[in-house]
Amino acid sequence: MAPDLRVRLGSTELPNPVLTASGCASSGRELAQFIDVSKIGAVVTKSVMLAPRAGRPTPRMAETNSGMLNSIGLQGPGIDAFLQRDLPWLLSRGARAVVSIAGSTVDEYAELATRLSDAAGVTALEVNISCPNVEHRGQVFACDPVDAGAVIEAVRARARHDLPVFAKLSPDVTDIVQIARSCVSAGADGLSMINTLLGMVIDTETMRPVLAGLTGGLSGPAIRPIAVRCIWQVRAALPDVPIIGMGGVMTGRDALELILAGASMVSVGTAIFHDPSACARIARELDEELARRGVKRVSEIVGAAHEARAAASQGRVARMERT
Amino acid sequence: MTAGEHESESGPLQVRGTVLTVRQVDAYYAMTIVAPGIAARFKPGQFVAVAVGGPDTSMLLRRAFSIHDVRPDHGGTVEFVFAAAGRGTRWLAERKARDVLDLTGPLGRPFPVPRDPVSCLLVGGGYGSAPLFALASRLRQRRCSVDFLLGAASGDRVFGALTARRSGRSATITTVDGSLGVRGIVTDMLGQVIHEARTDVIYACGPMGMLRQVTALARRYDIPVQVAVEESMACGIGVCMTCVLPVVGTDGITKMVRSCVDGPVFRGEQVRWDEVGTIPFDAFGAPGWEPKMRRIPARPAADEARRHGHGA
Ligand SMILES: Cc1cc2nc3c(=O)[nH]c(=O)nc-3n(C[C@H](O)[C@H](O)[C@H](O)COP(=O)(O)OP(=O)(O)OC[C@H]3O[C@@H](n4cnc5c(N)ncnc54)[C@H](O)[C@@H]3O)c2cc1C
Ligand SMILES: Cc1cc2nc3c(=O)[nH]c(=O)nc-3n(C[C@H](O)[C@H](O)[C@H](O)COP(=O)(O)O)c2cc1C
Ligand code: FES
Repeated sequence: MAPDLRVRLGSTELPNPVLTASGCASSGRELAQFIDVSKIGAVVTKSVMLAPRAGRPTPRMAETNSGMLNSIGLQGPGIDAFLQRDLPWLLSRGARAVVSIAGSTVDEYAELATRLSDAAGVTALEVNISCPNVEHRGQVFACDPVDAGAVIEAVRARARHDLPVFAKLSPDVTDIVQIARSCVSAGADGLSMINTLLGMVIDTETMRPVLAGLTGGLSGPAIRPIAVRCIWQVRAALPDVPIIGMGGVMTGRDALELILAGASMVSVGTAIFHDPSACARIARELDEELARRGVKRVSEIVGAAHEARAAASQGRVARMERT
Repeated sequence: MTAGEHESESGPLQVRGTVLTVRQVDAYYAMTIVAPGIAARFKPGQFVAVAVGGPDTSMLLRRAFSIHDVRPDHGGTVEFVFAAAGRGTRWLAERKARDVLDLTGPLGRPFPVPRDPVSCLLVGGGYGSAPLFALASRLRQRRCSVDFLLGAASGDRVFGALTARRSGRSATITTVDGSLGVRGIVTDMLGQVIHEARTDVIYACGPMGMLRQVTALARRYDIPVQVAVEESMACGIGVCMTCVLPVVGTDGITKMVRSCVDGPVFRGEQVRWDEVGTIPFDAFGAPGWEPKMRRIPARPAADEARRHGHGA
């Protein structure tokens, strides 16, 4: 029998746990040329801000071994255009929309939460807190437990009660569990991890940094072990909090690895640049991986790596049942 | 075909194509791949993005190449021409017939073609001339005349000099080292060619510096120019926002637009060449940008181009 890939996100049932990662699928429209966006778990949209934003100068990217750096600077049209154009399009295609929001002050995040709660059809909010806090000398919200908590508290207070709020964590911190706890205490319904890691590439011909913005976020399979470690640590500390895992997922096997570490859902980012049909392919491959192991429901194996012996024997039982 | 399940009528496709030939052409490689859907949908100026390095590659980003030619044989083939510049293109140069590559295309906006039979000058720098020959055929179908002005550092880097000489009404070649044609760069000869050919429209593809100069000269002669730009691209399909450059819209507003989907072809005078690689202070959404700055009068040159019937 085919494994059951369905997962719940708040009050919405997703057909499978494979989502796009914010900033790697825009608002889904371009991907729809390659895959049916209604058949993947959800489209997590590019982080939207209140006002239009031009982003950082080019060059904005550099390829690295099994990864890439990006410094887009949250270019986007702002919440008005998003609500007018992008959200209705996603909903018209039958896709589930997880909307990522970003701001420079706590109030901006709160305002975005209000605007998106008034709009019908949003499945969940993902709060990108890897942004500089202009009221705290540009300190990144995600790197400070108090600031991170303040954003989540404000968003939770303004978001419609049935709209799940996920805090997206940065791995560039000493203790990710501390930030996770702070966000959950502030009311986060779930956690997304990981955002990119800050990196730099220098062109040895020009002897200058490649990116115009000097530093950029590292993503892709190069960071997957870090994602697995972060998910593992947070799952161990907060076993009841749902996690959207991401970081270097290229295949169904990789998605399974993050699920075993504790993710209930998996976002796919950089892999989309390599293969625009990656999300659909990974959902299919995950299905095969689970079937091969005799797993009946994906929800059964979330965090299973924490109980290594139990999982192994369960797998054996399941296989025996099949034969 | 991997993603053929959900294709639209005219949009890009993702195709697993079999390599027919890889051959060396002077300083470049020309690769022909069987890609039926891409060939059928192709319009001159569009490009393909090719995954490199094989399964489990450490090179995650596709490489973009202008489509040089499409042919109907084998159900439809696509040819592109490339320089083995870095590790991805070197890997491509080592491919053999019957290897299978994953490519997406046709991507981007094609060159708009004039309604009337006018005099067209096609300017190419290095491998930038590769997309111009398919354009030339299309222009000739529209009974336009086609003149070529091609240049590069040396003779072996002028792609298609022979074809240009055979098929163009005229063909002018420049090389920096003087090994082929006139010693110098294309813009040295641009004024003279425009006069002799009574050029109505210019199409250009090549390095950004060349496109900028061609645009400046075209403006001086009051001739509309369509350029195909080359910005580094992570996705090629419009989802990542890495490939942006400042472009003035018909409404006079400068936006950071994606060259992969809003380009690579732009009207030359729309690109703010001096500010490529920056965020102009008055760009939509720039720091300090205010909605009140929205109305900047459209540039006269843009109106001129519209009168020539070249609205893309
Ligand atoms: C629309 C478009 C059309 C192009 N057409 C052609 C063509 O017809 N023939 C040809 O030889 N080249 C063409 N290029 C440039 C070609 O994409 C690069 O030369 C190629 O990507 C370099 O890859 P590499 O592995 O050799 O270099 P690497 O240095 O290993 O590349 C590293 C990364 O940087 C990107 N990159 C590096 N150089 C360029 C560049 N010049 N432009 C864009 N991205 C770059 C690569 O895509 C890759 O992601 C085109 C580029 C664009 C955007
Ligand atoms: C080009 C690019 C743009 C991104 N933009 C955003 C963004 O707007 N908001 C956000 O929360 N994360 C953003 N990310 C981070 C991804 O959502 C994801 O957390 C990260 O890339 C790790 O996943 P991956 O290795 O699958 O790409 C971006 C990543 C990339 C590569
Ligand atoms: S290359 Fe990704 S948006 Fe243009």
